[in-house]
Amino acid sequence: MQSLVELANASKHFTITKGLIRRQIRRVRAVDDVSLTIHRGETFGLVGESGSGKTTLARLVPLLAKPSGGKILFDGHDVAKVNHAELTRIRRRMGIVFQDPASSLMPRWTVRTSILRPLVLQGITAEAAAQRLAETTALVNLGEDLLDRYPHQLSGGQQQRASIARALILRPELLILDEPTSALDVSVQAQILNLLLDLQEQFGLTYLFITHNLSVVRYVSDRIGVMYLGKIVEVGLTSEIYRRPLHPYTAALLSASPALDPRSRGRHKYRLVGDPPSLINPPSGCSLHPRCQFATELCRQERPLLAEFAPGHSVACHRARELELHIGASQ
Amino acid sequence: MKRQFSPRLLLRNGQLMAGLIIFMTVLVVAIGADYLAPKAFDEMDIPNKLQPPGESGVMGTDQYGRDLLSRVIYGSRIALRVGLIVVVIESVLGVTLGLVAGYYGGWADRLISFLTDMTWALPPIVLALAIVTALGPSLNNVVIAIALVSWAGYARLIRSKTQSLKNMPFVEAARALGESDTAIMFRYILPNTFSLIIVLATLSLPTAILSTTSLSFLGLGSQPPAPDWGVILNEGISLIFNAPWISIFPGLAIVFTALGFNLLGEGLRDILDPRMKV
Amino acid sequence: MNLPDTQSPVVRGISDLSGPLLSVRNLTTSFVTSRGKVRAVTDVSFDVDRGEVFALVGESGCGKSTTALSVMRLVPPPGVVDAGEILLDGRDLLALDRDSIAKVRGKQVAMIFQNPLVALTPVYRAGAQIEEAIVLDEIPRAEAWRLAVQVMGDVKISDHEERALSYPHELSGGMRQRVMTGMMISRSPKLLIADEPTTALDVTIQAQILDLLLDLRERNRMALLIITHDLGVVAEIADRVAVMYAGRIVEQAGVVELYEEPLHPYTQLLMRALPRLGKGQGRLETIAGSVPSLVDMPPGCPFHPRCPMAKPICSTQEPTARRLPSGRMVACHLVED
Repeated sequence: MQSLVELANASKHFTITKGLIRRQIRRVRAVDDVSLTIHRGETFGLVGESGSGKTTLARLVPLLAKPSGGKILFDGHDVAKVNHAELTRIRRRMGIVFQDPASSLMPRWTVRTSILRPLVLQGITAEAAAQRLAETTALVNLGEDLLDRYPHQLSGGQQQRASIARALILRPELLILDEPTSALDVSVQAQILNLLLDLQEQFGLTYLFITHNLSVVRYVSDRIGVMYLGKIVEVGLTSEIYRRPLHPYTAALLSASPALDPRSRGRHKYRLVGDPPSLINPPSGCSLHPRCQFATELCRQERPLLAEFAPGHSVACHRARELELHIGASQ
Repeated sequence: MKRQFSPRLLLRNGQLMAGLIIFMTVLVVAIGADYLAPKAFDEMDIPNKLQPPGESGVMGTDQYGRDLLSRVIYGSRIALRVGLIVVVIESVLGVTLGLVAGYYGGWADRLISFLTDMTWALPPIVLALAIVTALGPSLNNVVIAIALVSWAGYARLIRSKTQSLKNMPFVEAARALGESDTAIMFRYILPNTFSLIIVLATLSLPTAILSTTSLSFLGLGSQPPAPDWGVILNEGISLIFNAPWISIFPGLAIVFTALGFNLLGEGLRDILDPRMKV
Repeated sequence: MNLPDTQSPVVRGISDLSGPLLSVRNLTTSFVTSRGKVRAVTDVSFDVDRGEVFALVGESGCGKSTTALSVMRLVPPPGVVDAGEILLDGRDLLALDRDSIAKVRGKQVAMIFQNPLVALTPVYRAGAQIEEAIVLDEIPRAEAWRLAVQVMGDVKISDHEERALSYPHELSGGMRQRVMTGMMISRSPKLLIADEPTTALDVTIQAQILDLLLDLRERNRMALLIITHDLGVVAEIADRVAVMYAGRIVEQAGVVELYEEPLHPYTQLLMRALPRLGKGQGRLETIAGSVPSLVDMPPGCPFHPRCPMAKPICSTQEPTARRLPSGRMVACHLVED
């Protein structure tokens, strides 16, 4: 399989400075030495809680944020090194869908104007643009009558579909979806997820799907990457990860994710102790160690590297080989 | 969610209605001055000088026999014109600087914020006085001076609004599409500040009028025989005990106009964005 | 908790220990808006037994939060409870005067919210805020402080002695939720209403908070009325469930029965809209249309325009909630007894 997106040791640090001379006093490692590959045509689910760095990582891909280190490759091109014209061309091969549908569209423009804008910027003729608009709105099931309304006049689901239409209007190869259904009701979420899967099948799209919701990520993803405090702690096929998670954090996430069967309540659950640590003062060694029930002295001292455990399944844990983590009957 | 304009909304807001009525009145008076004023504003009639309101005129006459009503009516033209020009200049200046500071951050922001704070901190009239003294007394220079000392309020508010808007998803989407910084500032961010600007501008109008008439009162703005309300006020000061009406009527006109714009501004604010307490 | 129970049955004398703890009967709450009177809650009835976890579940706008606020008589104006009874231990809360209901709040019934910052003031330390609640039971300050610190330990806040001196902004989201919970249970209420208590939290913290709520239910013998849109949370902790749609309860059942065999079409579709499987293993069902505006309700059953199984009667006659022989309740013309 070809790789469409590749991150090689990518990092993004924010420095907190103080005073007139901008003395650096703290460094926040929002994304810390992340390497991963997204293959053409697949859905890569990036899972994590707040502070995991998943949103920052997603913004690195279209260079909406500049990496502090490492490389970000799109179809072989290093996005941080290309010139502006090339970057614009690359960005047009991606579409982005954001979490909050209401603020994803320019409030002062009609939906039509917002969706057409990418075409206008690309210099497409009015005729061709109208044609493409009609095709795209049909794809996302957005009625003609909604096009001349303003975003605040649309429901959450309609707004999100408009946002997807805008993301698709240039027929990109990659869609970056940042929590696209988190702000929507369950029934609306189902519509949007079905739509996304249909579109993927129809156009061979590649998805980078970011979410904290494990049932959603399981439904849409081929492969999953789990992030904790800026690092990838486990990567692998969705089915493999759900069958046998290797990292204690993955196990805790899966355990914490409510099962939809009351009878599985008594299943064994892995719990994390305490609260997520601060990004400014991360723990030494393995960042999970203060909360991990399996932590040893080694975990406290040495940071585990992401290593392949089985073909296609990697994990960053010193004890991966010994631990047998089973989530239980609900799967 | 923004509430759209509707006639019902207008009628229910007493402030807005009152402000609108006053504004329309002043506007009509200013536009129709030629028809409404009984005499020319500089028509002297010495035998009839210093007449109290009554037979010689609704507002009486001044020390040169000029009809005060006509002078006050023509004065509305100056007040409105000058006030509007000042507001236009200060808003364009303030909004642009605020946009740039809020969007770019970094040294541009630090520089502009420094200038904003300095301008904000100094008493406006003193600063304006200094500028006009340097440039020479004339209405144009007063306009420049007042605009130069009043932009800071806009800059501050627009800067902070820009900072919050620039991180919104629709702006990020725009950047990802390849929109230039200028396009983002003026096509995406600016339109979302319009309601803020309208309210600010409407509320600044009374201050602009008061400031310019004050400077004219001090002799630094319009020069006699211009029927500038400030000038008329000044002319009547020395005669305040003998012919108080000469100062009273322009004074009332200033208060009336300023009040009207204040009400209009507050009423607009309540409709457009009740959370914004300017 | 070793707080003196000044509300013991012997003291009160009028309690009704045989029936349910909370009995909501035909509750109707509406809001007066510029477009007329809008009924947010229509004819809602349910019981919560002592020590049970009862979940009120539905999507946004279904009236579940308004129902909870009505129980506490905290519906903000222009909302007003139009009809019904809310019996707590046999006493109708809606009939009480302001002073009496104030005494009930916090002591008999307490409530925690989605956003802890709603309940916590930024200028007082965490321990002090819990102490403020305890003092209402006429416990002297020094003793109240000691108990407040103990409560912080009961809600599993790590390093609770030190944390009692922290301000809310110094605490994480999960900890704030615990502090708010501690504040509300410090006087040992018999019923705790939790309105979307975990929605704003990360999944692992959510799990901790749910564990905590169940633990408190055990230890304090406290009933829990949980309001949520998350069917996963309901499956994890509820004993019985009521599903709400457009201000009405459309189905009520024990949790296992509900998930195994949902009877109301809305419940069925909602369950099928949830992702439970992996990619390629099946498609999510969607519900056509959208929730009706409360101002403009269709005649008959509120769900009928979206119901794939609607019959003619559904568009003319609103189904009433019927109790089935199994003990379950459902409001649907299609369900046979």
